[in-house]
Amino acid sequence: MWQGDLRFVLKSLILKDFRIRYRNMSLGVFWSLLNPSVMMLVMTFVFTKILPSSRPNFPVFVLCGLIPFSFFTIAWLSGTTSLIDNAGLIKKVRVPREVFPIAAVLSNCLHLVIQVALLLSIALFSGMHVTPRWLWLPLIWVLEVAFTCGLALGFSVLNVFIRDTRYVVESANTVLFWLVPIFYPFEAIPARFKNLYQYNPIAALVLAMRQVILDDTAPSASIMMKAGIVTLVAIGGGWLLFRQLKPRLYDYL
Amino acid sequence: MNAISFRNVTKGFSRHSGQQLLQQHLKRLITGKVPELFYALRDVSFDVPAGEGLAIIGANGAGKSTLLGITAGLAKPTSGTIEVKGRVAALLELGSGFHPDLTGGENVMLNASLMGLTERQAKRQFDEIVDFSGVREFIGEPLRTYSSGMVVRLAFSVAVNLDPDILIIDEVLAVGDAAFQAKSFEKIMQLRRAGKTFLCVSHSRDMLADICDHALWLEHGRTMMAGGFDQVFREYSDQSVPA
Repeated sequence: MWQGDLRFVLKSLILKDFRIRYRNMSLGVFWSLLNPSVMMLVMTFVFTKILPSSRPNFPVFVLCGLIPFSFFTIAWLSGTTSLIDNAGLIKKVRVPREVFPIAAVLSNCLHLVIQVALLLSIALFSGMHVTPRWLWLPLIWVLEVAFTCGLALGFSVLNVFIRDTRYVVESANTVLFWLVPIFYPFEAIPARFKNLYQYNPIAALVLAMRQVILDDTAPSASIMMKAGIVTLVAIGGGWLLFRQLKPRLYDYL
Repeated sequence: MNAISFRNVTKGFSRHSGQQLLQQHLKRLITGKVPELFYALRDVSFDVPAGEGLAIIGANGAGKSTLLGITAGLAKPTSGTIEVKGRVAALLELGSGFHPDLTGGENVMLNASLMGLTERQAKRQFDEIVDFSGVREFIGEPLRTYSSGMVVRLAFSVAVNLDPDILIIDEVLAVGDAAFQAKSFEKIMQLRRAGKTFLCVSHSRDMLADICDHALWLEHGRTMMAGGFDQVFREYSDQSVPA
């Protein structure tokens, strides 16, 4: 029925988000850098001066955790509310509904790219070097974005039928801050929880990033496998749920 | 050949569906009570042959917008079947997706993408759209600096440049000042003469009379009368405006 161009719609919606976000900020892209920088400084202060940790390169260590975590929380939440935010469009335009959660997640990618640039510059500045292992990094981020898209698909339709969903997501994000190894190393986790931890793809990806950047090793196969499997499950489940509930969106928005 | 055909179409909405909280889902699960349905359309059937125009008339809440929404493929009927043949442009609202902080030009591209143009088509028609709207001077300015008349002119210009086979129009024809109204009406008549199919809702009889050959009168979701435009409109006016 709708013969438009999906890529064009996606591009237009993402551009709209960028333009609105950055046009109303006199400092523009600088804001994307400010938040992780401040968090990094505060955490570095806490964990080198107050509760000294023996970790070398603590700023890089903590950014490896903060950046994937903050992308995930913001993208998951804006993906979840995307259908309700665009209710007006959904009731008037025949655009495929999947574009809204996907565009919401992808709009946050510029943020991610800028923050990753910050992380890599600090890593280089702290004496680390670009190695062939860094080629693993794009794969890690693609997995994270894909996983978040899957969640956003599922949660965005749930949020239409059960409006409490967004509060569940918000609470989950707060809890997740402690359950993702952001300011503590993966090795500190007791052995019997370690296996379970790796099924949390955000934790797994933080770990993989640290292996690549800090230890200069390829991420362990078992971690990447688990992250890959969970990502596929999230995309498959999210897509099925979306397809199931999509025909009733008009009635409930 | 029929461009649009409805067969015994019924559309029900569950009441209070606007309030979807966990509490209500749980209550429903425990008590097993299925929410009562509100019927926006009951057993409606009609055909619009390709190249003709049908006006949908009736008081507020008669089910007109639901009927257009179903034709546009936005909602599924609860029962009955519909068939729509051809490329549809549903002008249910002007300027879908318009944002005040984007420039006029950026809004045109965004709106065009949502309405179903490809990027190539949108770029090719961009100048035509902007010229038609008559706001070229301000096209690089944010939309919030536009007057409301300028906004609808821009939105209307995207809409009429879609080149569909079927146009579904919900009260969006009378926009802008007198000069622009005349221009946009001429554009619509051009499409009409080019053999496009029209499905229109409007409270303005004059607007509908030139576009539509037939009319369907709805009340509380039921068909009151269907037939030739003048005949249906006469009956409708007699009843709704008591002498």
